[in-house]
Amino acid sequence: MAKIIVDGVEVDVPPEYTLLQAAEAAGAEIPRFCFHERLSIAGNCRMCLVEVKGAPKPVASCAWGVRDCRPGPNGEPPEILTKSKTVKKAREGVMEFLLINHPLDCPICDQGGQCDLQDQAMAYGVDTSRYHENKRAVPDKYLGPLIKTSMNRCIHCTRCVRFTTEVAGVEDLGAIWRGEDMEITSYLEKALGSELQSNAADLCPVGALTHKPEAFHYRPWELSKTDSVDVMDAVGSSIRVDSRGREVMRILPRVNEAVNEEWITDKARHIVDGLRLQRLDRPFVRIDGRLRAATWQQAFAVIAERVKGTERKRIGAIAGDLASVEELFALKTLMHGLGVANIDARQDGSLLSPAHGRGSYLFNSTIAGIEDADAVLIVGANPRIEASLVNVRIRKRWRMAPPPIALIGERVDLTYPYDYIGAGPETLADVAAGRHSFFEKLKAAKNPLIIVGPGAFAGESGLAVLSLAAQLADSIGAVREGWNGFSVLHNAASRVGALDLGFVPGEGGLTARQMADGAVDVLFNLGADEIDIAPGTFVVYQGTHGDRGAHRADVILPGATYTEKSGTYVNLEGRVQMANRAAFAPGDAREDWAILRALSDVLGHRLPFDSLNALRTKLYAEHPHFAELDSIATSDVAAGVKALAAIGGNPGREPFVSPVKDFYLTNPIARSSGIMAECSALARDLRLEAAE
Amino acid sequence: MAVRRLAPEEIQPKSFAFSPENEVFAQEQIAKYPPGRQASAVIPLLWRAQEQTGGWLPRKAIEAVAVRLDMPDIRVLEVATFYTMFNLDPVGKYFIQFCGTTPCALRGAGDIKKVLERRVGEQSHVSADGNFSWLEVECLGACCNAPMVQINHDYYEDLTPENFEKLLDDLAAGRPVKAGPQSSRRSSEPADAVKTLTDPSLYDGSMVGAWRKRFEEEAVKAVDTGEAAAATATAAANPKPGKPDAGRAIDTEKADTPAKRVKEGEKPVTNSERKEAADTSKTTVAEQKPKGDVPAAQSGKSYVATPSKPEAGRAAAEAPTTPIAGTPPSETTTRRDGSESKPDVVPDPTKKSS
Repeated sequence: MAKIIVDGVEVDVPPEYTLLQAAEAAGAEIPRFCFHERLSIAGNCRMCLVEVKGAPKPVASCAWGVRDCRPGPNGEPPEILTKSKTVKKAREGVMEFLLINHPLDCPICDQGGQCDLQDQAMAYGVDTSRYHENKRAVPDKYLGPLIKTSMNRCIHCTRCVRFTTEVAGVEDLGAIWRGEDMEITSYLEKALGSELQSNAADLCPVGALTHKPEAFHYRPWELSKTDSVDVMDAVGSSIRVDSRGREVMRILPRVNEAVNEEWITDKARHIVDGLRLQRLDRPFVRIDGRLRAATWQQAFAVIAERVKGTERKRIGAIAGDLASVEELFALKTLMHGLGVANIDARQDGSLLSPAHGRGSYLFNSTIAGIEDADAVLIVGANPRIEASLVNVRIRKRWRMAPPPIALIGERVDLTYPYDYIGAGPETLADVAAGRHSFFEKLKAAKNPLIIVGPGAFAGESGLAVLSLAAQLADSIGAVREGWNGFSVLHNAASRVGALDLGFVPGEGGLTARQMADGAVDVLFNLGADEIDIAPGTFVVYQGTHGDRGAHRADVILPGATYTEKSGTYVNLEGRVQMANRAAFAPGDAREDWAILRALSDVLGHRLPFDSLNALRTKLYAEHPHFAELDSIATSDVAAGVKALAAIGGNPGREPFVSPVKDFYLTNPIARSSGIMAECSALARDLRLEAAE
Repeated sequence: MAVRRLAPEEIQPKSFAFSPENEVFAQEQIAKYPPGRQASAVIPLLWRAQEQTGGWLPRKAIEAVAVRLDMPDIRVLEVATFYTMFNLDPVGKYFIQFCGTTPCALRGAGDIKKVLERRVGEQSHVSADGNFSWLEVECLGACCNAPMVQINHDYYEDLTPENFEKLLDDLAAGRPVKAGPQSSRRSSEPADAVKTLTDPSLYDGSMVGAWRKRFEEEAVKAVDTGEAAAATATAAANPKPGKPDAGRAIDTEKADTPAKRVKEGEKPVTNSERKEAADTSKTTVAEQKPKGDVPAAQSGKSYVATPSKPEAGRAAAEAPTTPIAGTPPSETTTRRDGSESKPDVVPDPTKKSS
């Protein structure tokens, strides 16, 4: 630790700290534009100038280390001043330079009200400019459907360039020309090819890069802000939902070091228009082959009639990828009341089950734990599209010091290099048996990490593949005291919560696949749109969008999306998080647990709760770990891995294929979004171009 | 630097590949750097690509270099656009970089520019016959031979409109031309007569060792007077300070000021000093100059350290501060510490440093 005096306050900080960090530790605020905690240091905006005692000129505090400071003449700790006259004058000078070419278009700028430059100009700016020449004019750039540019406003902090290069891992953005003529652009204005590109617009300290889909839609001060959780993938990124009136206007990331740091995917951010398009806003009943609008009573009556006339064994329930724990619990309780054992939330056909212990289906290493891994084997996963922020962590780990990383499955671009060692279970079997050279690397590693993705564990032979991976984990000592190197990567937000809840077939129950193939006569479909249901089954679809599930339905019960209800979601690590209501469901649509509660009454098996609180009380009584928000309940990972390893079975020879065919169109909300459709088309073009 | 763009698509060649010899060159360049650092070779490769395409970098060449060095296209574009030595538009067979910076401009670069505008046309445009294009650049560092231009790899200096026109004619006609000064002089030797360093003693060997000899003489003198021996004897007992404060403006108690004298109960100004100050022969103020000989001061500001109004109470200098022209520095009686060339500086006789 090194001592340093900041404005007369002595603090003790690690010597590798920069002056900026030391000043923050001492409680002094330093203005900055180019510096960002999660990006490399550029030191080009000069806004963070401070005075170092003994240095002849002000220094850029973001790029000056505490250990680079000279002590005083008698060995006193080095001293810096952040509020002195010199500092203020220096910053005013920098600000004046920055404003020389910055247009005065704050009234028409989307960044107005949330602009670093605006805020800091209030603190360090002067009221007039002494500059009488013409301002620089820079042509705007095309960077794809998500980022709108207004390059006159650019102050050349290069945060966007550093973000795309370092975090997103696509070297698309760059700064061409030089000096006053410097311009930020992609190569010949190609659209950015990253699933994280919108974060670059968040990072922009001025209005040069703004979000195109939201352009001119709102002012930041008009919005009410609701902290929530993203459900577009199983990562459960922390988000903030900003709404105006009944309408969600935008979604922003929240800082959560354990999960998403401060990034979210474009899908999490820009499905906002999908929340209002294609919505089911009233119940529908299929009469003579056509869906007709109905009242809740009519719809319930139709369902009650069908259920009454059907044998219990021929009734089933499938839950989809966006269901919260509350409605899963309500549906499970209802089915239990009806005496139905055919319930399943695994529409991908996997056989993960709470029977093997919680450790058998969680991302046990945790997302933050990836940073401690020193050898990574990815089996049947494409983390970049299945759980983008897990991929960001692996890339972050790779940037610290490249560990050996190998992939079995599809050969895809993960933004970091890896050893491609095979396509299917045979390679995994080779590695598990120690016949492959990568086994030695895993064995030698202190914290080896095996990530098994949906490409591997979905489908019939999935359990055998999982078992094989567990055997490998066991044999290399990946699971031990202090390190859980066996991680299952999910891609559906509801999956872990459903497994925790035991939303899997009961004794003699049918799986989702079997139910969809016509083994039941009445099927409750709670928002499962990724599964094709055979004709002949009477389908009750409870969901939010007029998507695949609704087209197949015989009765439609309109529900609420994740922004319109308070719901618990468990992310792939097993972290229990709660999404909050930011807006109301449209029309007659209701919160899903309430629909099930009302339906239960009609079916004659009234659910024992009348409010969300009562539901939760009951839920927490049965499954106490759901009450521990934002934490991961400890589970016996070793036992889970042992149980999996003991299953054995024939993993087959089929190569692993990711179930996510199109990153931008994985769920009903995304499929309804025009922005996502545009992104998807663009990504397809980019893929074709790359394939050429 | 005007805003530049890549050349329009219609004049971009459809493909680019390194010629065999440039490919060999590329391999040599890449081999200079450790594996994985091949991107360091980007500038030499771009340069060769530019030479191969006749002086400019088409888009395909930038992409070819990116592929060759396993770099993203944008990273190569960043380099190619940063350096003005990479031309992104076609240039003439003879690409003229015309220096328009101050020394050249003072020596008639404006006329050269007019020739270029008349003969070649607008800046950054290739002439109709494809022979010439020109660009105004900043100083190329040949100011002693101003005005000058760089044509392809060579400098052409000492230009006049006439010899520049002839140069362009010769180039256009394919006649051999002489690089370097276009006047009769060789490299940057004096243009007409030799005016400096003309003292023959500089060249006859008589000055060799003169500087050293002076020190030797002084050393001998010191030995003769016993000064050196005395210094050695007292060195241990009375060491010289490592950092003498000589030359620095430091207030010391030794300063003899009227105020200090008053404090110590003495007269602020002694009679002898008063008499000395009144001595007109020693002040510039009272110095009688023959009228007509010296032109009157041009401005109100005088460059001698003399108060313009001595009666205002400021101390007058003890000695004339304007040296008589031609007096060698060693012989002058006035201060030579630099203050004599600054306006309105009054040497303070009480400062120890003076």
